Amino acid sequence: MPLLEATDVHGGYGGMNILNGVNISIEKDEIGVIIGPNGAGKSTMLKAIFGMLNVTQGDIVLRGQSIKNTLPSKLVQQGMGFVPQEKNIFPSLTVQENLEMGAYIHPARVPAMLEQVYEFFPPLKEKRRQQAGELSGGQRQMVAMGRALMVEPSLLLLDEPTAGLSPLYMNEIFNRVKEINKAGVGVLMVEQNAKQALAIADKGFVLAAGQNRYTDTGEALLNDPEVAKSFLGG
Amino acid sequence: MNEFIFFINNVVISGAVAGSIYALGAIGITLIFSIMRFAHFAHADMMTFGAFMVFIFTAMFPGSGAALGIPTPILMLPIAMAITAVLAIGLDNAFYKPLRDKGVKPIVLVIASLGVTLMLQGIIRMFAGTSSRSLYIGERKEIYRLEVPMEGITRPIVITDPQIWLIIFAIVAVVALHFFLTRSRLGKAMRAMSDNPDLAEVSGINTRAVVMVTWVIAGALAAVAGTMLAMDVALQPQLSFFILLPIFAATIVGGVGQPYGAIAGGYLVGFVETLSVFNWSILLRPLQPMLPEALEVPRNLALVGTEYKIVVPFFILVVVLIWRPTGIFKGKVI
Repeated sequence: MPLLEATDVHGGYGGMNILNGVNISIEKDEIGVIIGPNGAGKSTMLKAIFGMLNVTQGDIVLRGQSIKNTLPSKLVQQGMGFVPQEKNIFPSLTVQENLEMGAYIHPARVPAMLEQVYEFFPPLKEKRRQQAGELSGGQRQMVAMGRALMVEPSLLLLDEPTAGLSPLYMNEIFNRVKEINKAGVGVLMVEQNAKQALAIADKGFVLAAGQNRYTDTGEALLNDPEVAKSFLGG
Repeated sequence: MNEFIFFINNVVISGAVAGSIYALGAIGITLIFSIMRFAHFAHADMMTFGAFMVFIFTAMFPGSGAALGIPTPILMLPIAMAITAVLAIGLDNAFYKPLRDKGVKPIVLVIASLGVTLMLQGIIRMFAGTSSRSLYIGERKEIYRLEVPMEGITRPIVITDPQIWLIIFAIVAVVALHFFLTRSRLGKAMRAMSDNPDLAEVSGINTRAVVMVTWVIAGALAAVAGTMLAMDVALQPQLSFFILLPIFAATIVGGVGQPYGAIAGGYLVGFVETLSVFNWSILLRPLQPMLPEALEVPRNLALVGTEYKIVVPFFILVVVLIWRPTGIFKGKVI
């Protein structure tokens, strides 16, 4: 049974449909990457999975259970973590408080999970008493991912985790994503840095105009000359 | 040196009293703004309501505080705090929550709170009339005269019972609020929701509980501020309406949505108000022998007359906002 299976998803904001039949399927322990041009519906698809957008057609299934149009707070309880692209931290809270908020629904698990998140992101342990808003972009991204990991999710959704980061931090974040995945967390992420993202992906989904254009393993997509020409900048 | 005592009585104590009342009110307004993003104009009437609750219970059991050696209104205050907190939650459920659920613009909530102001004032007048009353029923307001054992000082420092209680309550409230916001799970959730409501929601924070706690704190502190003001002066239905402006000035000066800013803003407005109506010639008069004869210290050297005290908060507001457009502590912008 796949960890997440979205079939023929249609949806959008108001009357406007942005998604016109998107299919996503990842197994547990896999990394899935959604790429595509601006306006293809990548982030919209992630929001649709996380119940932040009305899905009008199709179905989204998490571990065999339909989660179509389920409230985000309910999905967190079912083991899904979501890291928005922007405004993904509490800037005036300290790093540690940010992480604590991630496990708000399981206060008893906070100490153990803090240790685990600090293991993934050692710089955060050093800065745990600092206000998250004072950190650099890359460290903020770590705080954001750490917060989502605090509920021990089985599936982590990342919306462009490397947007606006320096190449150094970009690699760092991709390495962390790989490690988090190795620890048994399924990852589905939207990425602009398509080549690097596909390189660590088990599955890749190339979206255009709200539909799957190509769906294959990350490696196959990287080596596909058609994909390279149209979506990876040659 | 008597002049110095006069300064303490008229500026230090009066400023601390006014500042404490403003701070207690401003904390509530700023917390409501930080969680629900609207200016709650009915706040001052929650203060009056709290004071009236104290009045009612004091009238029902006059003199009962004597057994504990405290003024009866102080004994009744916790009950009034609880009732005002319930009123605050009730007002939210009846008037503000339905609007929020519809996703209206903040200005609609502000207008709604103006309506609630008029309604609360009307209800209070309906039951209590318009006359001025004392919260001390069959009791005497203690006035302490503290002699200062220093040469040349004959005047005592004068402080009344309610003023001491007010300052104690303000300190306790500020310390308790600090620990609540920085140590407790719910307090941290409150700061998180104030920072980023959407992320709070997707983190699984119970935002409804946070909203409720906000009203409980705001209501309870409003009851304290209203009661203390009524004990210090007298209880009138329109009492809090006069301090609504300084409280809002304090909130904005401190940085909207910043609890510590509200405290700083409250005391700033309180002290500047008392400093600006203080007659400085009293402090300068002892220096008269040192001045050339042509320079005579005038009889009255206050910066503004008492009757214009109401403009002082506006003045502070303008000055601070030119210097720091978002307030002393960086306030939130909707």
